[in-house]
Amino acid sequence: MSGRRIQQGGRVDRSRAIRFTFDGKGYSGFAGDTLASALLANGVQVFGRSFKYHRPRGVIAAGSEEPNALVTVMRDEARCTPNLRATQVELYDGLVARSQNRWPSLDFDVQAVNDLLSPLLPSAFYYKTFMWPRAAWHKLYEPVIRRAAGLGESPTLPDPDRYSQRFAHCDVLVVGAGPAGLAAALTASASGARVMLCDEQPEFGGSLLDEPAATIDGATTADWIRDSMATLRSRANVTLLTRTTAFGYFPHNLIGLNERITEHLPAPAADMPRERLWQVRAARVLIAAGSIERPLVFPGNDRPGVMLASAARTYLHRYGVAVGQNVVLVTGSDAAYAAALDLHAAGVRVALIADVRADATGAPLDLARQAGIEVVTGATVLGTRGRLGVREVTIGVLARGTVNDTRRVKCDALLLSGGYTPSVHLFSQSRGKLEFNEARQAFLPSVSAEPESSAGSCRGIDGYTQVLNDGARVGAASALAAGYSVAAPEYRVQALEFGMHGLPGVLPQASPLQPARAFVDFQNDVTSKDLALAMREGFESVEHIKRYTTTGMATDQGKTSNMNALAFVAGELGRTIPKVGLTTFRMPYTPVTFGIFAGYDRGDLFDPVRTTSMHDWAVQQGAVFEDVGQWKRARYFPRSGEDMHAAVDRECKAVRTGVGMFDASTLGTIEVVGPDAATFLSRLYVNGFSTLAVGRSRYGILLRDDGFIYDDGVIARIAGERFHVTTTTGGAARVFGMMEDYLQTEWPDLRCWLTSTTEQWAVIAVQGPRARDVLAPLVSDVDLSAAALPHLGVTQGRICGVPMRLFRMSFTGELGYEVNVPADYGLAVWEAIHAAGQPHGITPYGTETMHVLRAEKGYIIVGQETDGTVTPDDAGLGWAIAKSKPDFVGKRSLARETMHAPDRKQLVGLLTVDPKVVLEEGAQIVATPGQHAPMKMIGHVTSSYHSAVLGRSIALALLRGGRARIGETLYVPMPGGEIAVQVTATVFYDVEGARLHG
Amino acid sequence: MLLIQCPYCGLRPELEFAYAGQAHVARPADPSATTPDQWTEFLYLRDNTRGIHAERWRHVRGCARFFNALRDTTTDQFLATYRAGESMPVLQQAGQKP
Repeated sequence: MSGRRIQQGGRVDRSRAIRFTFDGKGYSGFAGDTLASALLANGVQVFGRSFKYHRPRGVIAAGSEEPNALVTVMRDEARCTPNLRATQVELYDGLVARSQNRWPSLDFDVQAVNDLLSPLLPSAFYYKTFMWPRAAWHKLYEPVIRRAAGLGESPTLPDPDRYSQRFAHCDVLVVGAGPAGLAAALTASASGARVMLCDEQPEFGGSLLDEPAATIDGATTADWIRDSMATLRSRANVTLLTRTTAFGYFPHNLIGLNERITEHLPAPAADMPRERLWQVRAARVLIAAGSIERPLVFPGNDRPGVMLASAARTYLHRYGVAVGQNVVLVTGSDAAYAAALDLHAAGVRVALIADVRADATGAPLDLARQAGIEVVTGATVLGTRGRLGVREVTIGVLARGTVNDTRRVKCDALLLSGGYTPSVHLFSQSRGKLEFNEARQAFLPSVSAEPESSAGSCRGIDGYTQVLNDGARVGAASALAAGYSVAAPEYRVQALEFGMHGLPGVLPQASPLQPARAFVDFQNDVTSKDLALAMREGFESVEHIKRYTTTGMATDQGKTSNMNALAFVAGELGRTIPKVGLTTFRMPYTPVTFGIFAGYDRGDLFDPVRTTSMHDWAVQQGAVFEDVGQWKRARYFPRSGEDMHAAVDRECKAVRTGVGMFDASTLGTIEVVGPDAATFLSRLYVNGFSTLAVGRSRYGILLRDDGFIYDDGVIARIAGERFHVTTTTGGAARVFGMMEDYLQTEWPDLRCWLTSTTEQWAVIAVQGPRARDVLAPLVSDVDLSAAALPHLGVTQGRICGVPMRLFRMSFTGELGYEVNVPADYGLAVWEAIHAAGQPHGITPYGTETMHVLRAEKGYIIVGQETDGTVTPDDAGLGWAIAKSKPDFVGKRSLARETMHAPDRKQLVGLLTVDPKVVLEEGAQIVATPGQHAPMKMIGHVTSSYHSAVLGRSIALALLRGGRARIGETLYVPMPGGEIAVQVTATVFYDVEGARLHG
Repeated sequence: MLLIQCPYCGLRPELEFAYAGQAHVARPADPSATTPDQWTEFLYLRDNTRGIHAERWRHVRGCARFFNALRDTTTDQFLATYRAGESMPVLQQAGQKP
């Protein structure tokens, strides 16, 4: 045991004990603890095993930058969240947490053997080692490697929680509520501007929470924070969001915030969302993200108990926890002396301060020595010892390449500081330009790309007074830029603080780092040797080195490691840091649940389901449905004992011999109205419409300007200036969009208006020789006789008293009608037709039967017989083209030579030599049997069914030079052998088309 | 998510819009009079501009109108939006908002 709770101090509530378990063992902490602080207070030092080498690891940081202490928090089997940073997990009563990447236990892990094998496991070892045999990669190597290397496991049950999403707008969004952010929000909101302030922590204050002894304008930090929060809360123009991470900066000042609402609650109310995604559009963004302390890189720097100096100070002042009882500080910055001095004051023994700077001098060293702490300058760390926690550190003094005064110092915690790295993640995400600051040895925000500003230590400002005043000034400037005016106050802070400058990179050693490893990236287990190896192998670009070694690519995105890696690479290559360059910062700043992105779009709300007016009736009849786009369409109506084949055969026979009814409501419908409606349709479709008489309809084909079939449908002239256009079910939206495009942008002079009426009509197809007999008793004001309403005739009247547009039309080849009634009457009319049809044996049929019936007639389905490369002539529809028209969409392309090549794929019929064999749709066609792969493919099957009326299989196919091959025997190679087929015309049934005109 | 000034409705989020390709690619008045090369150019060839790009957008979940925009492809900033049929605005200088 090394850590312990000190007698007093900290912001935890010592009157409220909280029980929790870690790896099954019970512990107790206080309200206000994080899992990390509570475990440290209980003397726990090992938090997990590392990613690759399974080395025991402790907690390094106290905030979201923590790379090591990743845990799984379990509420129940479904609510099980892996890879949470223990430093951000707030303690609640009954919390159950588990360590990760260890088996069987944290203290004894079988795969720690990887650590001994480490000389065999350099960067990219798996690419190099597991190259052969090739097939084993997916089946053997990758699964094993993935199991061995890794983080926590995701739950297998569906996520039972709800996630909320909301949009928000404000004048100034302040990201980060540390000293700069608080000062900025106070100042900006005093102007009247709408201010939003967010911080990832459960309480506002940032680093001020670590400074109980400091004063701001004479008030203690605790009082100042309390008063500032009271002021902000009292302002109606301020929105405060704790536990809220600004994870992404999107174009035009849209910021994504992830608010964690119930994660810290022992028993969240059932109606509370777990998290909320805020999409905030801000006139100005003010980034006050602070800075992150860097660890130092030296051999054995990853042992549990090795920790950032700032983290030790945070644990002391916020949580009342001493991270050790006998600590050593290794530092390259002045700032860390405050941690040593505070720990010393709290009664912790500080065995040694090893300052790696040979020229270190001044107040911090003087204060330490006055306190009786030994300080060594020009020091380096040669190694550490301790199996499950640091017990000893070897320090030497480096001078002119040799190490002197080597000594071993006992300790139970080793504090590090390499100085601070400004958090420029969000600024960089906004595409702002960074510039390397030599004095600060850091990249700082330079040129903005969005309306934003940075304030405080994230832009390199050092010292609390300066940071607060910077926040206030930038807050006032941001308000001003958003149209509000306010003067910035001046703050005066007294605190124990020293400069934040430091030394990025790897501590100098007398000899090469052998064999102990100095870790640069803790989470991905990347050592300085890995980086050196990458460079020896020829990688020089920092982007390549990053990907090859995976440094900075873990879930922490290298918050603590990037600058050290960069400085090391720069040193090895003999270049300056800015010459080496920086890898790109990407969102999210910290990992975000998928839940907030899914939001409400789950389950039934994932994708809208469209149903027709007759849907419920079909459900009651036991219809089997299929998805067509967002529509649910009845595929067939099985009777008891029937499979699809039997049901479809029965439905087909009914239509061919009696009468069937079909729900065609999903077809797209567009009403085209206006004096130029006929001209408009004539310019779009290949057909002519100016000559189409009122009360007549025509099969229309729509091409794109590249000459290929885009859609088809029936177009009826309802009145001189009014057309009823139908489209395919799937094409409705894009055809409507294409029509609008041409009308608005190519022919804006046409007086013509388009309205999508798909949802307004219920469409009932009544098909079969007895269709007229069924409808006759139901309709009024309509003459159904073949003379008055011939094939492709259209009329208006009433059915069951309901206004109706009646189309004489057939997609089955039989006498047929399509009854269009307002959608609200669809079900009533459907039921009436169904009842009236009983004496005639009327049979409801579905899309599968519709497909068979139309294939028997050789009617194409766009998207099945066509694939975006099929011309009307290819599909055997050349007859539809109005050749006399000067132009229509696609006409010019049809004139291209290649569009008439004799070997184009053309639509033909196929009859298998064995009539019982039904071909597979998509199967390829070859000319001669017995070919070896690769075979010469000359076509493919587009539709294939068993035809009940023909008592055999039929198929349609696109075949090279197909029409010239009619009569030939070709072959369809399948896994079970070649199937011989005969090429035929596309119409299999009623070739003369007499039945249509019944 | 971009903010886009619809010339008919005002400033709206990108969610309401659909991109519709390069602007000012006029369909030839008499396509049959075009050479194969001219027709190919109209059908298939588009600019891939680094910098200011004239492009079409449609406020499809708003007024449903097509309009044109000048967008800097390097910064995603819109420099102007204007109605279909209007000529391309002349920018004072590259990068300056009109």
